Formats: sequence, C-alpha cells, structure tokens
Amino acid sequence: MSRQLTPGYGVDRVLSWLDDRLSGGREVHGGGWRVTTFLLSPAVLLLGLFGVFPIVATLVLSLYDLRYGEGTFSGLANYREAIHSPAFWNSVKVTVYYLVGVVPVSIVLGFVIAWGLMNITRGRALFRTLYFLPYITSAYAAALVWRALLNPQGGLLNALLAVFHLPAQQWLLEPRGVLHVISGGYVAADVGPSLALCCVVAFDIWHGLGFVVVILLAGLSSIPRELEDAARIDGAGVLQVIRHVTLPLLTPTLYFLLLVGTIKGFQAFNSFYALTQSGGNTLGTTENLVIYLFANFYDNGRWGYGAAIATLLLVAIVGLALVQARFARRWVHYG
Amino acid sequence: MKRSLSYIALTVFAGIMVYPFVWMAGTAFKTLPESMGGDLNPFPATWQWGNIATTLAEAPFGQYFFNSILVSTIVGLSVVITSLMAGYAFGRLRFRGQGLLFGLVLATMMVPFEITFIPNFVLITRFGWYNSYAALIVPWCANAFGVFLVRQAFLSLPNAYYDAAVMDGCGHLRFLRHIGASMVKPTLVTVFLFAFLGSYNALLWPLVVTSDPSLRVVQVGLASFLMDSGVRLNLLMCASSFVIVPSMVLFLFTQRYFEESALSSGLKE
Repeated sequence: MSRQLTPGYGVDRVLSWLDDRLSGGREVHGGGWRVTTFLLSPAVLLLGLFGVFPIVATLVLSLYDLRYGEGTFSGLANYREAIHSPAFWNSVKVTVYYLVGVVPVSIVLGFVIAWGLMNITRGRALFRTLYFLPYITSAYAAALVWRALLNPQGGLLNALLAVFHLPAQQWLLEPRGVLHVISGGYVAADVGPSLALCCVVAFDIWHGLGFVVVILLAGLSSIPRELEDAARIDGAGVLQVIRHVTLPLLTPTLYFLLLVGTIKGFQAFNSFYALTQSGGNTLGTTENLVIYLFANFYDNGRWGYGAAIATLLLVAIVGLALVQARFARRWVHYG
Repeated sequence: MKRSLSYIALTVFAGIMVYPFVWMAGTAFKTLPESMGGDLNPFPATWQWGNIATTLAEAPFGQYFFNSILVSTIVGLSVVITSLMAGYAFGRLRFRGQGLLFGLVLATMMVPFEITFIPNFVLITRFGWYNSYAALIVPWCANAFGVFLVRQAFLSLPNAYYDAAVMDGCGHLRFLRHIGASMVKPTLVTVFLFAFLGSYNALLWPLVVTSDPSLRVVQVGLASFLMDSGVRLNLLMCASSFVIVPSMVLFLFTQRYFEESALSSGLKE
C-alpha cells in the first residue's frame, strides 16, 4: 500500500509540489479550501460551462428571434408561435404516444424476463449478456439494421408475414394509425399512433430492455426469499405472490425505472433519426419533440425557436418528474 | 416443468434480442440481390468476404475509426480524472456549500443534452472550435454520473486508509494517485467504459459541430455512408458491423463493470 509515499519522480514530483502549495488554508475536516477547490475545479467548471450555463442560455435564447446566430429580442413570440403551431402539438402527441408505449411495456416485459431469470439456475449469466447486448450498441447503427428488417420491399418482417399469408405492410413508411391497419380500416386512419411510430417504439423497447432487466434482477434478488416462500406455504398462488409480495417490495425499483424511462423517453433522438429520417414520408407521425427541435435548428437555422422548444421540453421533463415524485408517495414503499 | 417453460420463453426472447445482429453480420457478406431478396435465412449462400474491401474502398472507415477511438479515449480518460478528483472531494472532504454544489452536479444529469445543445453549439463556435477535435472532446470531459459513482465508492471506504497515509506525510493528491485511485479502481473502469462508449455511440453532437469529412467519427461516417450508398444493403450492413462489432467485443470483455454501474445507478439513489 505505501509504495512511493516519499517524493519520487515525474508525475509524483509534480503532485508532491502541488500538495505542498495546496496544503495551506484553513483545514476543515481533512481538506483545506485550496485543495478542495483544486480537486473540484475541473469537473465543476466543465459541468458548469457545458451543463448548467446552457440551461440558462437556452432560456435567454428562447426570447430572441435568432436565425443562424443573427437576430433580435422578440419576447415571448417564439412561445406564442409554438403554442399556435400544429406541427409543435403534433410532436407533443408523438412524444406522448412514444412514452406511453416504451416505458410501461419495457417495464412489464423486463419484469417477465427478470422473473424468468430468477427461476432458472443455469445459464442466467449468458441470458443476461444476450439481453444486455443491444443496450451497449450504437442506437444509430442498430436502427439501420431494423430499418432493413422492416423494409417493405424485401424486408424480413414482410417475408415472415408472407409465410403466414398475411398482407405485407409498409412498417416505417406507414403514416396510418396502427389501429386502422390492424382493424382492417374499421378505425379511422388518423386515430392513435401510426404504425411507423409503433415500429420506433418497438425498436427502443428492444434497445433498452437489457438495462431494465438488469435493474429488475437486482431488485428481485434483494427481496428475501423467505417472504415469498412463506406466502407460498400459506397457499398463495404464483400470481398472488407476485401481486401481494413481490411487486410491493419492488416498488422503489419500479419507480426508479419509471423516472429514468420518462427522462430518456423525452430525449429519444438517434432511433427516430435513423429509422424515419431520409427517405419515406410518415406525414409527421414520427416527428417527436427532439426531432422537431433538431429540424428547426439544423434545417431551418431557427435557433431561437429551437431554444423555446427546448425550454418547453425541459419544463415537461421536470414537471412530469415532480408529478411522479408526488404520486410516488402513494405507491412506493421503502424498506 | 415450470423451469423448462422458463427456459423456452427466455430462449425465444434471447433469440429476438440477438437476431438483428446475426442478420446484420450475415447480410454484410451476401451479394446485393441476395441481401435485398427478403430471404428468411440470415446467412449467405457463399460468403462474400470481398464486401469488406468494397465498403472500405467506398468510405474511409479507417479514418473514421481513428477519429472515434482518439476522441472516445481522450474523453474516457479525462472523465476518469475529473470524476476521481471531484468524487474524492465530494465523498471524502467536507466543505461549505457541499450539498448545494453536489445537487447542482446531479441536476445536470437530469437535463438531457438534447435540450442544451443549441447554446453549447453557440459556445463552441464562439471559441472558434467548430470543426475541431476540441469541439468533439472538451464538452464531454466531465460527467455527473462519473462524479456520482466515484463519490459513492469513496463514501463506502473506511477512513483508516486515509489517516494512515496522512501519518506518513502524504498530501491529498499523492494519496489519491497512489492509494485512493487503486481502491476505487473498479469504479474508475466503469466510469471510463461508460464515458468511452457514450462518446463512441454519440451522433447528434458530432453531426452538429463538424462538417469536415476528415473529422467524421464512425457514427457520422455511417450516416454519410447511408446517404452515399443507401440502396446497397449488403455494404450498409457491412459498415454497420464495423460500427457495432468493436463495441460488442469491448462489452463482452468488460461486462461485469457495465452491470455494476447499471446497478449502482439504481440502488444507491
């Protein structure tokens, strides 16, 4: 442990010199202000400059009519424009559909898998690896693969449908509602999320499932086995045990997943960009808030308007997190 | 009975999770008509190994990789250093305003980068960093998650080590380098891997701050490859494999660190 605690050479020399310079100042619980400042500065300055400052700057920029860096103060005009813009409300709708699709399904599916993994003894590590694999790969590259699988011409999914004598679908190119397609035209085409959006949802469930499974596995492992066994001995069925023992004890984990899932869901960009941009026209049914923001910024150079959208997005995230925190008191049981 | 049912269901799920990658790798070595044919069999009739050379001739993926590895490695190492320093200060030292400052650091974790990228872009152009490695690297050299993980690691260590080192006349910095860093080494590896992969997989930021083809990272390179040769599916899958396979290999060798960090993000909340 105590190798080279006497001043050595090179880096150690420098550190030793720094230690001497920084050791002055009032010692408070083992750290003087100089050394504390020195240790904190790099991270705090970087996070301040590229993390906190931009939040404030976004608020300021949103009050300007800024196009490609040139513009004038325009008060709340950007917000007024957003509120009256059908394209904006459409992107809100898409974002909500996406969240409602991805978050609950991921958690339910993740729970089923984690529950299954708890019930097996051999091969658990292997399965966990396979489920985790998509999560660490580039969402963009993986989405290109899905795009090919969902290609209406020569894609794998239509080939599968053909095996079962089902009609081919347009998948990512289909702006009509998923309910419309499934019901064979009974439901109007503009009701509910489009089939294209559902494909994006499916992709992101697939891509993020590994994370959910690993977190749920940890949550399940921390539940004492005896509790479930005792309930079983008292004559409770599997579903009853899950409902009355496992799930209540798992609520902190579920709450965490809900919160993280919501925040991540609001930021979805790569999957939308890769799956639905360039080629194909889904009539805006796959334009979520970040894509809408990006399009205004990148394609139209409307920086101020983009900043206003970003601010609204931030308000939505913080607002929803607060609402979830408030409701959490009712259903989350700690310890 | 119940157990074998679990195995069957888990295997089916696992198949769905992995199939796209198998299909990608197989299609990468098909002929063009074969790749577009809607064949259920992911594997080519004869493996067209030449596709690798063709793809590389179409786009300089070597250059893209060089950029990505350079950027991601510097980002990863910088994040380790900044997180080690700040995490140590937050976990081991006591100072005024500590709670507030730490709260502020955590708050940056809540606010997605997608929201702040416009001012960040303005900042970068003001610095004159548009189209430079600095633009790709510097903003990512610290992250709240890393600081958080290192702090947790130091909190869980007994003070005795530190006290003993101080008895030997060791200052904070040398303690950190010689003892502290090695005590939280698994956490540092996790922090490095997450920062490295996060940087490697990033698309939006490199797309925004670079336009120079010689500065393209692999994700941007893949995006432009799609524009240039979108219809040649076999080559596109070959290029996607270039991007995906290295991160998979990295993951398989370092798996336990990833899971550890996923867990610590959930449980030590």
